Amino acid sequence: MSDAADTPVLSARGLRKEYGKGEGLVRAVDGVDLDIGAGETVAITGPSGCGKSTLLHLLGGLDRPSGGEVSLNGRRIDDISEKALSRMRRTDVGYVFQSFHLMEELTAVENVELSALLAGRSPRAARRRAEELLDRLGLAGRSRFLPSALSGGQRQRVAVARALSNEPLVVLADEPTGNLDSAATLDVLQLFKDLHESGQTLVIVTHDARIAATTDRTFTMRDGALVDETWPSGGTTGRLGALAGLED
Amino acid sequence: MGRILLVVRLALRDLRRRRTEAVLLLIAILTATTTLTLALVLRDAAGDPYESTRAVTKGPDVVANVQSTGLDHLDQLATASGVTQHSGPYPVIAGKLIAGKLFAGKIEASGRTSDAQVEGRDATVASVDQPEVTKGGWVSDGGVVVEAAFADSLDVGVGDSVVLNGRSFEVVGVAVTAAMPPYPGGSCIVSAGCVNGAIPDDRDLPPGLLHNPGLVWLTQADVRSLASDGGSLSYVMNLKLADPDEAQAFVDRNGGEHGGVMSMRTWQSILADATELAQDSQILLLIGAWLLGLLAVASLSVLVGGRMADQTRRVGLLKAVGATPGLVAAVLLAQYLLVALVAAGAGLTIGALTAPLLTESSAGLVGSAGTASLTWSTIGLVTAVALGVAVVATAVPAVRAARSSTVSALADAARPPRRTGWLIAVSARLPVPLLLASRVAARRPRRVALGVVSIAVTVSGLYVLLVLNAFLGDQPSTGAYTEAQVAVLRQVLLVWTVILLSLAAVNAIVITWATVLDNRHASALARALGATPREVSGALAAAQVLPALLGAVLGVFPGGWALFAAIVTITGGDSDKATLPALWQLTVMVLAAVLVVAALTSVPAYLGGRRPVTETLSASRS
Ligand SMILES: Nc1ncnc2c1ncn2[C@@H]1O[C@H](COP(=O)(O)OP(=O)(O)OP(=O)(O)O)[C@@H](O)[C@H]1O
Ligand SMILES: [Mg+2]
Repeated sequence: MSDAADTPVLSARGLRKEYGKGEGLVRAVDGVDLDIGAGETVAITGPSGCGKSTLLHLLGGLDRPSGGEVSLNGRRIDDISEKALSRMRRTDVGYVFQSFHLMEELTAVENVELSALLAGRSPRAARRRAEELLDRLGLAGRSRFLPSALSGGQRQRVAVARALSNEPLVVLADEPTGNLDSAATLDVLQLFKDLHESGQTLVIVTHDARIAATTDRTFTMRDGALVDETWPSGGTTGRLGALAGLED
Repeated sequence: MGRILLVVRLALRDLRRRRTEAVLLLIAILTATTTLTLALVLRDAAGDPYESTRAVTKGPDVVANVQSTGLDHLDQLATASGVTQHSGPYPVIAGKLIAGKLFAGKIEASGRTSDAQVEGRDATVASVDQPEVTKGGWVSDGGVVVEAAFADSLDVGVGDSVVLNGRSFEVVGVAVTAAMPPYPGGSCIVSAGCVNGAIPDDRDLPPGLLHNPGLVWLTQADVRSLASDGGSLSYVMNLKLADPDEAQAFVDRNGGEHGGVMSMRTWQSILADATELAQDSQILLLIGAWLLGLLAVASLSVLVGGRMADQTRRVGLLKAVGATPGLVAAVLLAQYLLVALVAAGAGLTIGALTAPLLTESSAGLVGSAGTASLTWSTIGLVTAVALGVAVVATAVPAVRAARSSTVSALADAARPPRRTGWLIAVSARLPVPLLLASRVAARRPRRVALGVVSIAVTVSGLYVLLVLNAFLGDQPSTGAYTEAQVAVLRQVLLVWTVILLSLAAVNAIVITWATVLDNRHASALARALGATPREVSGALAAAQVLPALLGAVLGVFPGGWALFAAIVTITGGDSDKATLPALWQLTVMVLAAVLVVAALTSVPAYLGGRRPVTETLSASRS
C-alpha cells in the first residue's frame, strides 16, 4: 500500500506561484516537482511561511499557478476553465482546513451533505451518504448538532466527512490538527490512519511530527521549494505503536 | 490633543477600511436629508406666500361686492359694527382682454384673449387692499396693472400693451393682492357672474358669463369711461375688522339684510382657494416624503446593522490593546458624525437648490414671489436627524463595548447567521443556484424582509404615480384643474418619481452589497466545495431578485391600492374619478422592478462570486 501506482493521481512539474512584483515579489512556491500515487499518504512540513498552504491550494485547483503544470489523474488542471475547475473540485478533490470552515447555521449532517448537493446528487442520496460517513467517523449521535455544539475534534471530523462525501480521488488537508488539543489530535490521526488503510490518497500539510511519521512519504519545504524527502521505514503500524506512547 | 488626533485617525482609518460601505452610508443619509430638506422648504413655501401677501398688501378681512343698484348697501356696511377700516367702493366692469397692440384699429400681434374683471382704483395708496406692485408701478390714466399670475399666463410684462374692451392700454405694472385668489382661481366681483375651471366641450356657457376671468386694475376714470353705461358697473369694497377671526360671523350677521344683492367673502375662504393647489402638491410631497423616509430607514438599518456587527470585533481589538470604552465610543461616534455632517450639508444644499424648481411655478399660483429658502429651523432639523442617525448607530456598539468583556467581543463572530431549518431542508431539493440563494436568504431573514419592504414601498409609490398621472392626463377636460395646474402637479410627480427611484436603487445596491460582504465566507466555501463562480453569483443575485418579485407584487396589492385609498381619504378626493392602472401596466411595472433589481444587483453579485477563494478562506478567522 505504500507503493506509488504507475500513473500518479496528482503530479506537479516546475510549479510556481508568485505574489507581488519588483521589490515586494514573494516566491511562495518556487519550482516544485511532485508525484503522488494512488492510495499514497504524503505529508508536507516546513517552517511557517515556506509556502505549504499555497502549494496545497495549487494542487487542489483552489488557486492558479504563475507557472508550471498540475495534473490530476493525468489531466492538466492548471489551464482549464474556471467552470471545469469547479467541477473538478466538486468531484475529485476534498479539502480539510485548519479552521474547519463549517457553515455555522447548518447542522453536522447538513454540512456534510452540502458538497454532494452541490455536485447534483439527489437530496435523499446525499443525506444517506452523509449519515453513513458521520456514522463511520463516530459522530452518529451528533448529526443534528450545530457546529457550535461540537468539540474541535468533532468539528474537524465533520469537515473530513464533508471532504469524503463525493468520494474524491485525493483529500488535501491543511494543518488539520492545528486548532486541536492533543486528545482531539489523536482522534483525527486515527481517522487519517483509517483513511490511509482504506486506500484513500491523502496529502497532509502539518507541523506535527506525529502525523508526518504515519505517512508513506514526508516532504520538507523551505522558501517555496521541496528540499527533502523521507521514506519512513517500518510502515505505518509501527509508527502508530510509537504514537500510543505519546498518550502517557 | 494627542488623544483627539488618535480618535480622528482611527475613525478615518475605519472609514477607509470599508470605503464602499462608507460611501453607501453617505448616500443613504444624503437621500434622507435631501428629502427632508425638500419637504420642509416646500412646506414653508406653500404656507407662507398668502400670509405674506396679506401682510404687505394690507389684505382685507372681508370683500363685499354689489351691482350698481346696491351701492348704498356698501355704504351701510362700511359703518357696520366691527369694521375698523375700509377701502372703496371701487367700480368694476367685466371685460375682454387681448394681449397685443391695437394698431390702426386692428390687433397687431395675435395675442391671447381672456375674460377679465377690471377694477378701478385711485392712484393714491389705499388703507385696505393696496396691491403690492412686483414690477413697474401702480395705475395711472391709460396704464393698466395686471395681477401677477394672470400676467404670467398671458405672458405680458411692463411695457407691453393690452386691448381692453377695444381700447389699448399700456401695462405699467404687475401686482399681487390678497383680496382675491390668484388667476385662474379668482373670485367673482362682477354682476355678470363668472365660472372657473375648464368647461366640458359639450357644454355651452350662458352668454355674458365670464370664464376664468383674470384681474386687472385701471384708474377709476378709465373704468368708468370703458363702461357703456352706469348700469354695467359693479362695486367692490374691502373691509378690515377688529377681529379677523370673526370674519365669517360678520358675514353671517350682515349678509342677509341686503336681499341677496350683496355678496361677501372672508379672507379665510380666499386663503383656502389661493392655496388649494399648493396644498394638493404638498400632500403629494408629504406622502412622497413618508415613502422615501421608509426607504431611507430600510437602507440605513441594513448599513448600520452590518457595520455594527463588524465593529463589535473591532471594539474587542481596540480594548485588547488598552483603549478605554470611552475612547472606543469616541472613535465610533467620530466616524458617524463625519459622515452625517457631510450628508446633512450636502442634503441641505441639494434640497435648497431643487426646491425652487417646484415652487417657482406655484409662486405665480399663490400670487406671491414666495421663494423657497432655507430657514434656520429647517437646517437645524435636518442636521439633527443626520446626527441622530450617527448617535443611534454609535450607541449600540458603544454600550456593548462598555459592557462586554474584551475576550467575548473578540470572539464574537461578526453576527452569527440565523438558522432557518425548514428552508434549509426545502432548499436541498432545489437546483444549485436556488439552493445557495435560499440559504443566503435564510441566513439574514430580517435583511430579506427589508428588501421586500423596500421594493414594495417603491412599487406602491409607482402605482399611485400611475393613477395620478392617468388622472392628470384626463384633466383639463374633467375640469378639476387647469393646464397650468396640471403642469405644476406633473412636475411635483416627476420630482417624486426621480427621488423615489434613486433611493430604491441605492437600497437595492446597499442590500446586495451587505449580502455579498456577509456571504464572503460562505461563497468562498461553496466554491472550494465545487460551486462554479456563476452558480455563486447567480445565487447572490437570486437572493435579491426573488424577494424583489415578492415585494413588487405586494407593492401592487395591497401596497399601492391601500396607499391610493389612503391618499383619497386624506385629500377627501373622489376615487371614482380615478382610473386604476390596467393589468398590463401592473405586469410591466412588476417585471420592470424585478429586471431593474436584477441589473442593479448583478454587478456586486458578480464581483462577490469571483473573489479569490483562498484569500477569503485564509482571511476569515484572522
Ligand atoms: N495573497 C497573498 N499575497 C501575498 N503574499 C502571499 C499571499 N498568500 C501567501 N503569501 C506569501 O506566500 C508565502 C507562503 O505562504 P503560505 O501561506 O503558503 O505559507 P505556509 O507555509 O502555509 O505558512 P504557515 O505554516 O504559517 O501556514 C508567505 O511568505 C506569504 O507571506
Ligand atoms: Mg499555511
